[in-house]
Amino acid sequence: MTIDVAEIKKDFPVLQRHINGKPLVYLDSANTSQKPVSVMDAMEDYYRQFNANVHRGSYQLANEATAILEGSRDKVTSFINANSRQEVVFTKNATEAMNLISNTWGREHLTDGDAIVLTELEHHANIVPWQMLASEKNFEIRWIKIDDNGHLDLSDFDQLIRGAKLLSFAAMSNVLGTFTPVKELTNRAQEMGLTVHADASQYTPHTKTDVQDMGIDFLTFTGHKLLGPMGIGVLWGKESLLESMPPFLGGGEMILNVTKEGFSTNELPWKFEAGTPMVAEAAGLGAAIDYLSDIGMDEIRNHEIDLTDYALQCLVSEFGETMSIFGPKNSLERGGVISFTFDGAHPHDISQVLDEDNICIRAGHHCAKPLMQVLNVGATSRVSMYLYNDRSDIDALVSGLHKVRDLFIP
Amino acid sequence: MASLDDLYKEIILDHYRSPRNQGELEPPAHRCEGFNPLCGDEVIVFVSLINQKIEEIKIGGQGCSISQASASMMTEIIKGKSISEAEEVIHAFKEMMDIYESELSGEETDGTSSSIDLGDLEALQGVVKYPVRIKCATLAWNTLTQSINEIQNIDDSL
Repeated sequence: MTIDVAEIKKDFPVLQRHINGKPLVYLDSANTSQKPVSVMDAMEDYYRQFNANVHRGSYQLANEATAILEGSRDKVTSFINANSRQEVVFTKNATEAMNLISNTWGREHLTDGDAIVLTELEHHANIVPWQMLASEKNFEIRWIKIDDNGHLDLSDFDQLIRGAKLLSFAAMSNVLGTFTPVKELTNRAQEMGLTVHADASQYTPHTKTDVQDMGIDFLTFTGHKLLGPMGIGVLWGKESLLESMPPFLGGGEMILNVTKEGFSTNELPWKFEAGTPMVAEAAGLGAAIDYLSDIGMDEIRNHEIDLTDYALQCLVSEFGETMSIFGPKNSLERGGVISFTFDGAHPHDISQVLDEDNICIRAGHHCAKPLMQVLNVGATSRVSMYLYNDRSDIDALVSGLHKVRDLFIP
Repeated sequence: MASLDDLYKEIILDHYRSPRNQGELEPPAHRCEGFNPLCGDEVIVFVSLINQKIEEIKIGGQGCSISQASASMMTEIIKGKSISEAEEVIHAFKEMMDIYESELSGEETDGTSSSIDLGDLEALQGVVKYPVRIKCATLAWNTLTQSINEIQNIDDSL
């Protein structure tokens, strides 16, 4: 079944906006997604009808607020097919979720002489927390290289993981769109005794996420890239692992008991949720998951495959050799993220010219500077699509890029 | 409303396509790197000083049209100047790029309160209407400032 983009666009107020008389063409969803009315309503409704602090009220309003927070946790639990709601921890964003893993699991398990394995595709959020810990604990960071098509080069994978404690990788690249072979990597790494984390910030918004099928130990993603609000992210971890980990931030909510002598930690998942949580954001995230689930993640994925195919075809046929497109050529192996460079025009200038027609794309290093070094570019232009984009958005992009070419390439 | 013509003046595109004084200088020329962490643009300024005069200046690195054109024009105006003359030019350029100054003085002024003639560099004044791009235009200049400071610190320690 195909999705009705014209109907979907109506649910997103910002997509109705005109700036200087021209409609908005939003192609930057890998950066952050737009939000449907239902998400905004859920958040506003929370503050209008239900606002009270959670887990500590002895009155109905507080119980209702708690039910909203915990109800959203249940929605996340089933959305990613987690075994139990105890495994779903709310964080500020995916970055905080990854810092949680490095600061708790990492601090407990990694020491002098150990090694962890990352890939060249990683976002800074899955690099810097490990570098910070490595400078303290003195362990080695090894890198899985990429090949010319933007796939992981697994020819020396077994050597790389030998003796390592952790494999941490993006399930989908935020720059190249590459889907990494999650199950294969996970199986081989776990056989060698590694713990496995998948950064699903780009993956979960665009395709069905099943943590049990993936077989991983940790999964992290952020709400704002999947139609939800900024300010909420998710750490999922296997219950036994989360149980064994020390707490992250200390304070209220994460304790069972506190005396002058010390404290004992709360049960999962609250052990990792110190302080008053982001209840309105959780309400918004729950509404976003409902919205996506109503449409269907498989339908969304199929739509993006179709649109990515169309975009790749248009770019290649219109601009040919003057444009370098990075990443896998086959849309079945990639999400709706296309990075490119244009001979004679810098990414910043490209997005500046496109902005004249309200075409929003990202220019820069995409928080993946090591990958930029591998690609041997300072920056790329990045187009990223979601369920509310259609061919008219790609057509607008193409005509905008013709303006770029006319201006910069005499 | 600002339009692209304010930003991409022909003289800017000319410097972008044919950058002047591009390349490197061998030591003992001073080398200084500048980064724009926002976009990954990088500029390397090489300065060769003889008798307190900037005899040679070269630019390496990579960046957008605004950062590259600004760097190219900078080399043209700076080359042959004494340190103190160079500092005056830098000051005048920074003043032109100051968004608040420019807003206060209204549109289309020459943007500078000093008597320095910035020549082609005046073409960059349109950048002020695009606040995100000011950092592009000033990258090479900030790097040159840093370079001059470093050179003077070396001199002081001799």
